[in-house]
Amino acid sequence: MLHWMTTISIWMIPILILCILLYGTLKRVPTYETFVEGGKEGISMSFSLIPFLVGMLVAISVFRASGALDFIVQSLNPLLSLLHFPSEVLPLAIIRPISGTAALGITSDLISVYGPDSFIGRLAATIQGSTDTTFYVLTVYFGAVGIKKMGDALKVGLLADLIGIIAAVVVVTLVFGMN
Amino acid sequence: MVNYIWVGMFVIGIVFGMINGTMDQVNEALFVSAKEAVTLCLGLMSILVFWLGLMKIAEESGLLDKLSNLFKPFMRWLFPEVPANHPAMGYILSNMMANTFGLGNAATPLGIKAMEQLKKLNGGKTTVSRSMVTFLAINTSSVTLIPTTVIAIRMNYDSHSPTDIVFPTIIATAISAVGGIAIDRYFYYRRKRSGRE
Repeated sequence: MLHWMTTISIWMIPILILCILLYGTLKRVPTYETFVEGGKEGISMSFSLIPFLVGMLVAISVFRASGALDFIVQSLNPLLSLLHFPSEVLPLAIIRPISGTAALGITSDLISVYGPDSFIGRLAATIQGSTDTTFYVLTVYFGAVGIKKMGDALKVGLLADLIGIIAAVVVVTLVFGMN
Repeated sequence: MVNYIWVGMFVIGIVFGMINGTMDQVNEALFVSAKEAVTLCLGLMSILVFWLGLMKIAEESGLLDKLSNLFKPFMRWLFPEVPANHPAMGYILSNMMANTFGLGNAATPLGIKAMEQLKKLNGGKTTVSRSMVTFLAINTSSVTLIPTTVIAIRMNYDSHSPTDIVFPTIIATAISAVGGIAIDRYFYYRRKRSGRE
C-alpha cells in the first residue's frame, strides 16, 4: 500500500544531506571542520541520555515482566478495539506529553518487543517522532520567564497532542496496513 | 509527575510480581534492560554525531536563515500581535527551524529567548499572552522533518528500512500542527467573546 511513500521517506534524507553539503560548499563554509565541531555535541548528548534511559527502561521492563502491563492492557482491550487503537501503544500515548525520555524508553521497548517493522513498532516510532513533550515545553519555557498564569496553554497543547496521536494511528494504518 | 509515574511502575511491577509469581522474570528484566539502555545510547551516538555535525554546516552556511525567510509571511498570519521585525519573530522562527531539523537541545534556549521577547511584548506581565499560547501549540506538535532518534532506535533493532517512517511522521506532525493552530484560534475567540482579551 502506497509504496511511493516509503520511497519518498528513503530518498528524503540523502537528498537533504546533499543539499546541506553543496550549499555549505557554495558558501565557502569549512564543511569538514564545522561537521566535526557540531558532531562533538552529539557525544555529550548521547552520554547525558544514559541515566534517563536506564532509569526508564528498567522501570518499564519490571512493569512489563511482572505481567502488570499485560493485565492493564487486557482490561482496556474491549474499549480500545472499538476505537481500532492498538492497546499496546496506550502507555506511550499517555506518557508522550509528560516526559520525553520516558516516552523514548517506551518507544524503544515497544520496538524491541514487537520488532521495528511491525505495525506497533512503526506506530510507536511515528507517535514518538510526531508529537513533543508538552509538559516539558510548558515547564521550561514558562518557568524560565516567570509566567505564573498559564490560561489555555496546557489545554491547547494537550489537545494538539491528542490530534497528533490519532493522526499517527490513521496515517500508519493507511501507509503500512494492519500487519 | 514523572517521579510518581516512575516509582509507580516499579511498585506495581514488583507487587504484581509477588502476587503473580513472576519474581524471577522481574529479576532478569532488571539487569537485561539496564544493559540494553546503555547499548541503545551508544547506538544513538553515531546518528546524533552525524546529524548534529551536518546541522552545524546548515547553520554556518546560512541555510537555516534562508529557510526562515521563506516562512515569514506565514508567521505574520500566525502571530498577528508580533511586529514583523521584532526580535521575538526571529527567535520563534529559529526555534521552529531547530525543532524541524531535530536539534532538540538548540531549540530549548531559542524557545526561552522567544518567550522572553513575547513577555516584553505583553508588558512584562506574569500572565500568558495570546502569542505565547500559539507558540506553545506549535511547539508541542513540533513539526519534525527528520526524527533522528527514532531512526537510530529502529536501526539498532535491525529494521529493514529504518527511515520508512519519515513520511508518515511528517504527515502526522503536520496534521497535529494544523489541529493545534485551529484549537488555539478557537480558544482565543472564545476568550475574546467572554471579554478576557
